Amino acid sequence: MSGARTNLRVVRALGMRSIRQTFRRPQFISPIIVFPTLLLAVQTGGASAALELPGFPEVQSFLQFMLAGAMMQSMMLAGNSGGIALAIDIEMGFVDRLFSSPIPRFAVVLGRLAGTAALGLFAAIWFFAIGLIFGAEIEGGVPGALLSTALITAAALAVGGIGAAIALRTGSASVVQGLFPLVLVLLFLSTAYFPDELMIEPAKTIAEYNPLSFIVEGVREPIIAGIDAGDTLAALAAILGIVLVGLLLSVSALRHRLRVG
Amino acid sequence: MPAIVAEGLERAFGDVLAVQGIDLAVEEGEIFGFLGPNGAGKTTTVRMLTTLLLPTGGRASVAGHDVAAEARAVRASIGVALQEAALDPLMTGRELIRLQATLQGLPGAQGRQRADDLLERVGLSGAAERRVGTYSGGMQRRLDLAAALVHEPRVLFLDEPTTGLDPVSRKTIWEEVRDLNDDGTTVFLTTQYLEEADQLADDVGIIDSGKIVAEGTPQKLKAEIGNPHIQLQLAEGSIVEAEPILAPIGRLLPPKDGKTVLVEVENGAADIPRVVRSLDEAGIAVESLELVNPTLDDVFVAKTGYHLEQEGEEKAEQEALET
Repeated sequence: MSGARTNLRVVRALGMRSIRQTFRRPQFISPIIVFPTLLLAVQTGGASAALELPGFPEVQSFLQFMLAGAMMQSMMLAGNSGGIALAIDIEMGFVDRLFSSPIPRFAVVLGRLAGTAALGLFAAIWFFAIGLIFGAEIEGGVPGALLSTALITAAALAVGGIGAAIALRTGSASVVQGLFPLVLVLLFLSTAYFPDELMIEPAKTIAEYNPLSFIVEGVREPIIAGIDAGDTLAALAAILGIVLVGLLLSVSALRHRLRVG
Repeated sequence: MPAIVAEGLERAFGDVLAVQGIDLAVEEGEIFGFLGPNGAGKTTTVRMLTTLLLPTGGRASVAGHDVAAEARAVRASIGVALQEAALDPLMTGRELIRLQATLQGLPGAQGRQRADDLLERVGLSGAAERRVGTYSGGMQRRLDLAAALVHEPRVLFLDEPTTGLDPVSRKTIWEEVRDLNDDGTTVFLTTQYLEEADQLADDVGIIDSGKIVAEGTPQKLKAEIGNPHIQLQLAEGSIVEAEPILAPIGRLLPPKDGKTVLVEVENGAADIPRVVRSLDEAGIAVESLELVNPTLDDVFVAKTGYHLEQEGEEKAEQEALET
């Protein structure tokens, strides 16, 4: 069997393990699905009057506007949970089992990221299903839904790379878990839950330049208006940037792990 | 060609030199027992030999491949079961073995067949669909061993495979290690149990404070520190009569009590008939007789100045107090 094919099988097998692990451990699935779903319900039920604010984008419903935010939250927490799971693997020595196998060590990280990306895909489908059940319209139709889903999946992979790098560097599940609040702060300082036109400084400026805002807009536009090439490209650029940062940090952290054991 | 070679192998963590230039040669097909207390450098050495940690000095090769320059070739030749079975409690036993088969590059059908065979071999077929978290310590160790064997490695590293196991589980692991060795697998076994090294190892290396302090077959190491002795229990008052009779046979050691005589003999069990015959001819009754061989603990004490298992117990007690 060729090396590339073997590596692909390894990445797929580790990705499947990652997904099974998430569904078998309630503390992993809860932040990815339950928490964002509850927040979506609370925000949609309690803050839909925001639609009346001058400057709020023209949307069919507040739920329609909030879908992208819920997907982003779910995707970010999937990346964080992936990092926690990898750190637990390091703490309990499971990573040694993987690293003592004749596979490229980066395949171990890719396997984890494949699982995280699959959870991002699952989250996008879950929130589209909720949106459709509760009456939200997808202005971009099926192509728009597919585009948003693909962006969320790619973003999960990118954010998962950062989580994996932190896990590899620290080897501590509690450190990665401690990033949970930071994930929420980053989201609140983006346009995930509120348009930047209605924010006050300095949050407005931070949100304008926050890479997450570019991804949110790329995901949201096909839902509330239709596919927009500019927003899509900006989202892809932001994802690519995060992927590159995650890649560099992960390679460096892998080397560090080999040096320190 | 030796299966494992280390030359001046070193590992520093900051200012601390955990492994201080060790030299080793483990021949193909042997069981090498790497003996030492907690913190002696056993696990650090194993992690370097299994490519999980880069050496900071010296060199080592496993199955003919350099551990630093040809790490993937080393990993393709070895099986590894590290200290405290590294298992995912959320996976089932079968899932874990199949994942290991995939990691080792076995095609799907072959991997599935191999998983079935190995689970059968280690007696876990009945528990294969259960999550590993529900396994006992002994079952986890057997599963870990099975996972290490999935690709039929030339060299098997077992890092304290029986630590914390009950005697029955320990014996099961020993039997499995012997069977593997009979099939030609070279085994590098770290342990802090003297009996384990004595029972299993063809060769023993004793490590203390990051340095190899003794190496050789258990018999050779024991012989280095002295001959076996015969311990005789005689009737009260017979010792004075017995001593001049036994003196020509072997060196008399200081007695433990008024009824016991200790005679160091060169030929071990072969000297027993001579001792019994001499005493019988002198009309001295022997109540009991025992041939006492030097133990690896005696070797350990001679080389390090303290008892290995006593030291381990003291550390365990200290850890228990700290927690």
